[in-house]
Order: sequence, then structure tokens, then C-alpha cells
Amino acid sequence: MKILVAVKRVIDYNVKVRVKADQSDVDLANVKMALNPFCEIAVEEAVRLKEKGIADEVVVVSIGPKAVQEQLRTALALGADRAIQVETDDMPDSLAVAKILKGVVEKEEPQLVILGKQAIDSDNNQTGQMLGALTGMPQGTFASKIDMADGSVNVTREVDGGLQTVKLQLPAIVTTDLRLNEPRYASLPNIMKAKRKPLDVTTADELGVNVARTVKLLKVEPPAERSAGVKVADVAELVDKLKNEAKVL
Amino acid sequence: MSILVIAEHDNKELSPATLKTLAAAQAIGGDIDVLVAGEGCQAVAEEVAKAEGVSKVRLADNAVYGHFLAENLGTLVAELAKDYGHILAPATTTGKNFMPRVAALLDVAQVSDIIAVESADTFKRPIYAGNAIATVQSEDAIKVITVRATAFDAVAAEGGNAAIEAVDTVIDNDKSEFVGEELAESERPDLTAARVVISGGRGMQNGENFHLLEKVADKLGAAVGASRAAVDAGFVPNDMQVGQTGKIVAPELYIAVGISGAIQHLAGMKDSKVIVAINKDEEAPIFQVADYGLVADLFDVLPELEQAL
Repeated sequence: MKILVAVKRVIDYNVKVRVKADQSDVDLANVKMALNPFCEIAVEEAVRLKEKGIADEVVVVSIGPKAVQEQLRTALALGADRAIQVETDDMPDSLAVAKILKGVVEKEEPQLVILGKQAIDSDNNQTGQMLGALTGMPQGTFASKIDMADGSVNVTREVDGGLQTVKLQLPAIVTTDLRLNEPRYASLPNIMKAKRKPLDVTTADELGVNVARTVKLLKVEPPAERSAGVKVADVAELVDKLKNEAKVL
Repeated sequence: MSILVIAEHDNKELSPATLKTLAAAQAIGGDIDVLVAGEGCQAVAEEVAKAEGVSKVRLADNAVYGHFLAENLGTLVAELAKDYGHILAPATTTGKNFMPRVAALLDVAQVSDIIAVESADTFKRPIYAGNAIATVQSEDAIKVITVRATAFDAVAAEGGNAAIEAVDTVIDNDKSEFVGEELAESERPDLTAARVVISGGRGMQNGENFHLLEKVADKLGAAVGASRAAVDAGFVPNDMQVGQTGKIVAPELYIAVGISGAIQHLAGMKDSKVIVAINKDEEAPIFQVADYGLVADLFDVLPELEQAL
């Protein structure tokens, strides 16, 4: 079985973002970039399925400028077999990404596509579901457990009230939640080996996808600052302040 | 142009998130229809019909929609969507699951998790774990939107008198099926709707110690939440997690106990009206957003707090 994993290059999750002075966007110049944490979990799950002998090939794909090759190499170092970069001038929106991924799915014909549940930059939580709609595949979103069976997959999903399990016919799409697994670190020998693994470059044009956006970004602002609070000395003072000053008790 | 709101419910009761989504729909302006899709959900439709500002309730009551599976619910909504200018659903796990399918089937972008309506085509939404607020304008003919419920005040649940009309479209689903669920049982208020939330982090040390929070919560009528560290350590189940990847809450009072205040946790609670931090590390980032901070050992503070209330 072949597994396709989509990965995204995003700002490192530990970096505190700054909004540009002209409010056009956040400032990404000279900021540390990394593999989106949910995508790391997706790669890890695919590699584990390969280690169990369930998958025989793990293909990773990323969409964007040449810089995304760095994240593809990271995924290769974690255990993916080969990589595909779909070159675009900048990062397209979720719908365009889903259309591009549909093109890749049609070419590669994977039995399972694994994506992260959301990217920590745009916080959209859309791409996996959109790919499901475009390909007609069923989806197991926010997965915390995956059990492969013959011709189907059982996915345990993190939902608002607890957990839900669904059975999906293959080929299917899974999006990862944080608790699906604990991703491994890439070892130095694996990082060296990853440099020799195949990485193909294609373009959105070759896949026949228009990446024009229909949602315009008008402005980006910092969130409202909270005014500085006070430290209280003990519980009695805390309860007094909550009752008489904040009036929330 | 009219608006279609997709109701969130459990086949028996309407979720409060729907009333808040209706408030967002009112801010956009236009006739508001509500789709209630599910199984044996006539009572939910009757409840929605009484909500303020609803023009019409469309009821798709069929076993195929019983578990809100995205594969066919998404297709149903996309078929109905063609008569509307806006499609809205709460940004709950259910809404997040099926709405992007609706958008893709309509070949439009989705605007996720809006926190404000600027005009019928312009919305505000948080990005980068709430560290920036984007104002976006959609040029799509049909705008598919999920709404952050905590950012809107619920419309009145009474006073309306909308007609209920049956939707007979049945979309079969042979791609996915519901196997089972494990729902966390709780007597306390729902985390996302509670007036007061008290949350514990890694500082709680173990799951047993959460009963200290529960005792305080019972005095306050509060819901109990947790940071990701507490969930990952196995102290409490994941549906209690507050943060970028868990639940977004905005109660009147949020009490963070033994939580350092990582960016990802703040994303889930920093719109609370009043924030209290109890932590023994006075350098903890949580103190930067807390209105009231108490630097002390939580194992001393929690019993005292319970006594004082």
C-alpha cells in the first residue's frame, strides 16, 4: 500500500509572531521556519505503518517555493521514501492546495492520504476535508488512533464531547490530531541519507490548477493587548478583588 | 441574499453554539434559514423555530444523517447552498469536519473561525494561534463560513415563530460509517459555554489532584479545563484541553492553576473577561495576561480558595 503525506512549511511554533508595521501581514523575514507540528505527526504515522509492514511506500508532498524542499528533506530523514515539490510562487490557499493534491493523488493513486488537522499559521483546518470532497474519498479528521483493516480503516476521532470511531472505505483521508503519536527525531545518518532520496519537482500549471485566491487579506493587526494585571498577596485578597473589583463572583 | 445556518445538535437538544452563530448571521444581514439535519430531530427543529430572527427551519430528518458524517452531510448542505449567499456553521469539531467539504463542492474558499463581521463580505479571524487578527474579504459568490461561538452573544432562544419545512433529499453514504463513541460524562457545565472555567496544568502533578480543582469548580458552578501538558501526561481526557488545538473558551472568569501559559494555551483562553493565574513560578508567562496573579503553591491555595468561597 502506498501512503501520501502532505506537509507544510510554517513558522516554528515557538516563535512569537510580529505583525508588520504597515499591517499588510505578519513579518516572516529571518524567522525560523519548520515542519508544521501536525504534519510531523502525519509523517510519523505513515512511517510507523511502513515499519509494521502495512505500507510499502511513503511519498511526501509539499507545495510552495523552493524553500519547502527543506521540510521535504526533513520528512525524508524521518523515514519517507520519496518527495514531490509542487512549485508555486507563494503559499496558495486551502482550496488551491486541495486541488493540487487531487492532481497528485490521481497520479500516485495512494490508498491512504495523511495530512495534519491544521497548519499553525493560517489555523484554517480545511485542506484534508476539501481534498476529500474533490476526490470523493471519505475522511477521518482529528485522528487520535488509526487501525488498518482489509479494504478499510477505523479512525478514532477527537470530537468535542470525547472520542468517536468511524470506519472508512479505502482509499481514504486521515487528518492527524496531536495525540495520534509522538514524532521521532531525525538522526544524523538519516539526515545524510535523506539527501540522496529522490525529490521530484512539478508545478501547479503541470497539474492544471489555478492558484488564484478569492479571499483577499485586507489587513493584519496585533490582537488587543490586555492591560497589565496586579499580583495579590493571598487567597483572601484574591477573593476580595474578584468580588468587589472585578465583580465576577 | 439569504443566509443558511447549519444547526449543531445531538438529535435531542440544540447546542448553544447555534444561537451564537445566529448572532453572526444577523450581523451579516438578510433572511436566515436554519438547516436541522439528523435523525429523530423534530424537537431540535421546534427549538430552533422559536429562536430570534429565524425565517424558516429546514428539517432533513433521516437515519443517513444521524451521526453527522461529513461525507453525506457535506453533500446535502452543498446542494441546498445554491439558493443562499452565505452558509454558516459553528466552528465546533462537527462544523470543522463537514464545512470545508461543502466549500470544495461549491468550488469556493472557506473563511474559518470568524470572530467579527465587518460587512457581508468582510470578516475578522485570528491567525497564528491568535497572535494576529486578519481582516479578510471574500469574493466568492457563496460564502462558506465557520463561526467562533465565544466571539458572539447568543440570540434569544424564545420569541420566534418560524415555519418548519421538510427537506426530503436523501444522500446515501457508502464510504464511511459510524462505529461507536465514548463521550466524557460530566455533571458540570459545558466547557465552551461556562461562565467560569478553572483549568489545571502540569503543576497539578497527577490526575487525582484534579479533585482539588473540582471542589473549587463546584463552589463556583465552573467547568474544569486543562492545558495540553496535563492532557498529554494523562491526568485528564483530551476533551478538557483548552488551547489552539483544543477548545476555545471566553468565560467571564478563567482561573489558570499550575499552567505556565504557552502561546498555544493562551490562544484558547485569552479572550476571557477576567483571568486569574495561580503559579509558584513568578516568571511564568501566564502572569503577563492575568488580571490577578497569585504566586504561591497551588496545593496550599486551592483548599484555601474552596474555604473562602
